[in-house]
Amino acid sequence: MMSDNGNQAMVEITNLKKYFPVTQGLLRRVVGNVRAVDDVTLQIIKGETLGLVGESGCGKSTLGRTILNLHKPTSGTVLFEGTDLSGLSGHDLRSMRARMQIIFQDPYSSLNPRMTVNAIVGEPFIIHKIARGTELDQRVAQLLERVGLNPLLGTRYPHEFSGGQRQRIGIARALALNPSFIVADEPISALDVSIQAQVVNLLEDLQDEFDLTYLFITHDLSMVRYICDRVAVMYLGKIVELGSIEDIYDNPQHPYTQALLSAVPVPDPIVEDQRQRIILEGDLPSPADPPTGCNFNTRCPIAFDRCFEEEPQLKDLLPRHDIACFAAEERLQV
Amino acid sequence: MTVEVRGEQLGPTEKIILDADILERPRISMVRDTLNRLLKNKVATVSAIYIIALAVAAIIAPLITPYGRDEPNFQSTRETPSAEHFFGSDKLGRDIFTRIIFGSRVSLGVAFIGSFTAMLIGVTYGAISGYFGGWVDDLMMRFVDLMFGFPTLLFIILMMLIIPPNSSTGLIMVGLFVALGLVSWLNVARLVRGQFLSMREKEFVEAAVALGASPFRIMSRHLLPNTIGPIVIWLTLSIPGLILVESTLSFIGLGVKPPVPSWGGMLAEGWRAMRTLPHLALAPGIAITLTMIAFNFFGDGLRDALDPMMRGRE
Repeated sequence: MMSDNGNQAMVEITNLKKYFPVTQGLLRRVVGNVRAVDDVTLQIIKGETLGLVGESGCGKSTLGRTILNLHKPTSGTVLFEGTDLSGLSGHDLRSMRARMQIIFQDPYSSLNPRMTVNAIVGEPFIIHKIARGTELDQRVAQLLERVGLNPLLGTRYPHEFSGGQRQRIGIARALALNPSFIVADEPISALDVSIQAQVVNLLEDLQDEFDLTYLFITHDLSMVRYICDRVAVMYLGKIVELGSIEDIYDNPQHPYTQALLSAVPVPDPIVEDQRQRIILEGDLPSPADPPTGCNFNTRCPIAFDRCFEEEPQLKDLLPRHDIACFAAEERLQV
Repeated sequence: MTVEVRGEQLGPTEKIILDADILERPRISMVRDTLNRLLKNKVATVSAIYIIALAVAAIIAPLITPYGRDEPNFQSTRETPSAEHFFGSDKLGRDIFTRIIFGSRVSLGVAFIGSFTAMLIGVTYGAISGYFGGWVDDLMMRFVDLMFGFPTLLFIILMMLIIPPNSSTGLIMVGLFVALGLVSWLNVARLVRGQFLSMREKEFVEAAVALGASPFRIMSRHLLPNTIGPIVIWLTLSIPGLILVESTLSFIGLGVKPPVPSWGGMLAEGWRAMRTLPHLALAPGIAITLTMIAFNFFGDGLRDALDPMMRGRE
C-alpha cells in the first residue's frame, strides 16, 4: 500500500460499514439492512486527491459522509490524523469538525435560503468562536474574494446567485475553518460544463494554496483523470479497484472498471469508431439483498464458479494497485 | 425571429436584455418581497386593513365608542339601527355598536393569545420531535394522536368548569387562553414536526452539522426560519377558529360573564328576539363572520405571498 512509500495517511479507514436498517411494523422490527458501505478499508494520503467513482446508488456519497461522521458508522473505524472519530461525540466531535469539511453536489439545497451570503460564510467563525464584529466581516470578505466572488454581494440571498456562484459560496464556507481534508461530493455534476472547469480549477488552486487533501466523489471519469492522483472504484458498497490514475486508466484489471472506462467517449471520431465498448447487462443489484459471492457476479462478463461462492478481497495484485477480483488474481499471479 | 414577452413583440436583442434584467433582479429582502406580493392581492390587502382596524378599535375602544360599555338608557331601549345607535340598542338601552367594539376585545384577545400560546407549545414540541426523530418522535407523536382522539369542545368545557363560577373576567380570560392553547397546539406541533423531518435531510442542514453547529443552533438558525411561513399561515387560520370556539363557549355560558360583552355572549342574548329585533343577533353574527372571512382570506394571501416559488412572477 501507499504508506510503505513513506507517505503519511491523513485518513485511515478500516473495515468501515454503514448499514441502514430496513424496519417494518409498529415496533420497528429490523427486517434487513441496506449495505450502503460494506467493509471498506482505504487510506487517504496527505495532500492527494483521491477520486471515488461508481454508478448511482453504489454508496459513494454514503462513504464520504460516514468518513466525516455525518452518518454514524455501523462498525469499523475512521482515524483522522490519528484520532478515532467514532469514539468522539458531542462537543469533542463538533470541534474536530473544523478540520474536515464537505462540499455538496446540489448548490441549490446546500445553502440556507433564509440566510445572507455573509451569514452563511460567517457561520463557521461564529460556531467555533473564532472571529466576530469587524474581524468577522473582514474574514468573510477575504474568503468571498478568494473564491472569486465580489464581497459586495455578501448581503444578498442565495436565490440571487447562479449555480456556479452558489457552489463558490459553498466552497468559501467549507474553507472558512482552514480544514485539512475536504470531501467533495460531486461538486460539479450539477453545473454547466463551462462552469465545471472554473470550479475544478478553483478547487485545484485552493488545494495548492491551503495544502488540502480531497476525497473527490464523482461519476465523471474524464474529470477524475484531470484532477485526481488516485482512484477508488466502488461497486455496491465495496471498493473493487484502487490505484493511481495511470494504472487505472491504462491498465484496468477489474471487469467493472474496464466497463466503466469503455463508456467514456474519446474525442476522436476514428478512435471512437474503433474502440470496443463493454456493455454491462442488467441493473445494480439491491444493496439490501446483495448476491452471494462476488457482488459483481450478476453482471460480470467473465465470472466463473468461484465468483458465485466466495467473496473476493481487495488485494495488491500489482504494485500500489489493489483489485478485488478472482479472474484478475488468476491472470496476474499464475 | 421575434419573441413575445408580456404581450409585446420583441426582437432577439431585446430578449437578451430582458434575460439579463431577470438575472440582475434588484436586491430585496424576503420580508419586502413577501409584502410586495401580498399588496398585489386585493382581497388579502382589504382583509389585512380590516383586521388592523378591528385590532386598533379594540385597543382604543373607550375613545371611539359613543356610549359607555354597560351604560343603560331606559329612554331608548330596543331601538333599530339609526344615526344615534349605529347597530341599534338592546332591551336595557345599551348601544350595540359600543358593545360589539368592546366585545372584540374578548374575542380577539382570546383568539390571539390562545393561538400564540398554542404556537409556543406546538413549535417547541414539534421541533424536538422532528429534529430528534426515531423513538423520541414516535413517542411524542403517539401522545399527539391520543390528544387528537379527545373531543376538543368537551375538553375545553371540562377545563372551564375547573374555574369557579364567580371568578373575575380576567381569570376567566386566562382560563380561556389556557384551555384553547392546550387543545390547539396539536396541529402546529404536527406541522412543525413534519417540516423539520423533511428539512433535516436538506444539505444546508448537513453542512451546518459538518461545521460543528449544536442541535440548538441548527434548530433555531436553520430549521425554524425555514418553517416560519407555514407557522404564520397556521396562525392566521387558527385565530378565526378560536374566535368561533370562544363565541361558542360564551354562547353556552362558559365564557366571560355578563355584563362584560363578547360576541358569542351577545349572540346568545340576541337570538331569542330574532323575529322581532333581528339586529341584536345579526350584529355580533356579522362581526364574527366578517372577522373569520378576513382572517381566512389574509391567511390564504399570506400563504401565496410567502411561497418562494412565486418569487418574481405574479
